[in-house]
Amino acid sequence: MRYMVLLRAAQPDTPPPADLMEAIAKLGQEATVAGALLDTAGLAPSASAAAVRLAEGDLKVTDGPFAESKELISYALYDVRSKEEAVEWTARFMRLHRDLWEGWEGEAEVVKVLGPEDFAPPA
Amino acid sequence: MTGTDALLAAHRAIEAVWRIESARLVAGLARLVDDVGLAEELAQDALLIALEQWPEAGVPDNPGAWLMATAKHRAIDHLRRRSRYERKLQEIGRDIESRPGPDPDDHIRDDMLRLVFTACHPALTTEARVALTLRLLGGLTTTEIARAFLATEPAVAQRIVRAKRTLATKGVRFEMPSPGDLAARLASVLEVVYLIFNEGYSATAGDDWTRPDLCHEALRLGRLLTGLLPREPEVHGLAALMELQASRLRARTGPDGAPVLLPDQDRRLWDRLLIRRGLEALERAESLGGAFGPYALQAAIAACHARAARPEDTDWERVAALYRVLVHVSPSPVVELNRAVAVAMAGDPARGLEIADAVAADKALRGYPQLPAVRGDLLARLGRTDEARREFERAAALTGNERERALFLARAADCG
Repeated sequence: MRYMVLLRAAQPDTPPPADLMEAIAKLGQEATVAGALLDTAGLAPSASAAAVRLAEGDLKVTDGPFAESKELISYALYDVRSKEEAVEWTARFMRLHRDLWEGWEGEAEVVKVLGPEDFAPPA
Repeated sequence: MTGTDALLAAHRAIEAVWRIESARLVAGLARLVDDVGLAEELAQDALLIALEQWPEAGVPDNPGAWLMATAKHRAIDHLRRRSRYERKLQEIGRDIESRPGPDPDDHIRDDMLRLVFTACHPALTTEARVALTLRLLGGLTTTEIARAFLATEPAVAQRIVRAKRTLATKGVRFEMPSPGDLAARLASVLEVVYLIFNEGYSATAGDDWTRPDLCHEALRLGRLLTGLLPREPEVHGLAALMELQASRLRARTGPDGAPVLLPDQDRRLWDRLLIRRGLEALERAESLGGAFGPYALQAAIAACHARAARPEDTDWERVAALYRVLVHVSPSPVVELNRAVAVAMAGDPARGLEIADAVAADKALRGYPQLPAVRGDLLARLGRTDEARREFERAAALTGNERERALFLARAADCG
């Protein structure tokens, strides 16, 4: 089953420490080799984003930056056997931030991607 | 959350850690004690200790290192009790002291490879290789393996015990194959992984047409191998083949659980991500000079289907040509039978039938349900419906899969 992990945090004032980036790359490599990590990438600040909204029949396109204090920072797509496994990989990722980037705070949401197992025919 | 719920949640979290860590753990331990069976027992002991301690103390920050340290202490206890291991004990003692090297990555990779080759060692029966691979590399429990293969738990447990004993009695060392053996040994590894995939992709027995969990285990093993052996083209070829075939899993079964064959599948249900990954892996296999490897060729055939948005867009001539090469590279009546289908689809059903008849004359596929099924299909295309019906009925009588039987009988009924 697949899980999408969406990382949200305030846009930092400084670039992330090189040690952290190296550690993240290593963890990503490990998860890829384990067959668990299918895809991951960082996301640009919302200044280069756009939102397309539909409300009361009106389609409205808004260019970034957006006012939210926390922005989407990155995503990762995992292929795992359980939610706990996706949570474990995510916890490792967050621990790297704790250990290598003083004061950084953020939130990673671990969301299940609907798969064939969610549309099983009634038994 | 009640106490029991909390404990269950903790156990699920530990199980997740186990799945991530177990292969590396067993591999690292096996290098220390030069005995895969013992290494696995030590790893299991460490898991039991974790199950006791972690629910209270919490999962440690580096659970893999924790499990390894715990298992190593068990290893020393174990070896201390056995004096003939005196020398080895000293070695391990030294190793543990000389350890926490800052970057043991190459080490891990090497240990993992040894584990792969040991689990698929030629001294073992195919069944044993499959069970050991799922157990040692996939981190599956005996219960899970038994469920996947519709076997009883004691039977699987027995198979694993026997496999470990075989490795011990035949003195199989925990080591890499010699360079001269590497190709053959690698072929055996790939065969085991593809066998696991195929058992999931078209279950040879039971009520279900596919068992996707097994496909996913094989996919993960295939991806693991591409990381361990990035320069071996056929490793990428197999990964490509499995990603591409798995991309159709969702479309391959109808809402009622019945099989849906390739031409009838709703291609919008194909998994685009897996197709992309499969095509990338195929490119890698080809760029490493492996375009004519048996797995890369099969992946190239699967890619022809993956690239066709509609069945009529399929480049059947290319498929037929690829099958022709495949027959030369790895001769097999099953491949020849598939070539018969491709030739028919490329516009020449009469020639397709000739090829299928030649396969049938060879008798190697006697008892193989796909042979009459293909002949039935080709005969139906040629308007020879009476003969076609008899072939579909024969196919239905031969298959062990209930879903497939129903499909063949439906085709027979269509022949009027």
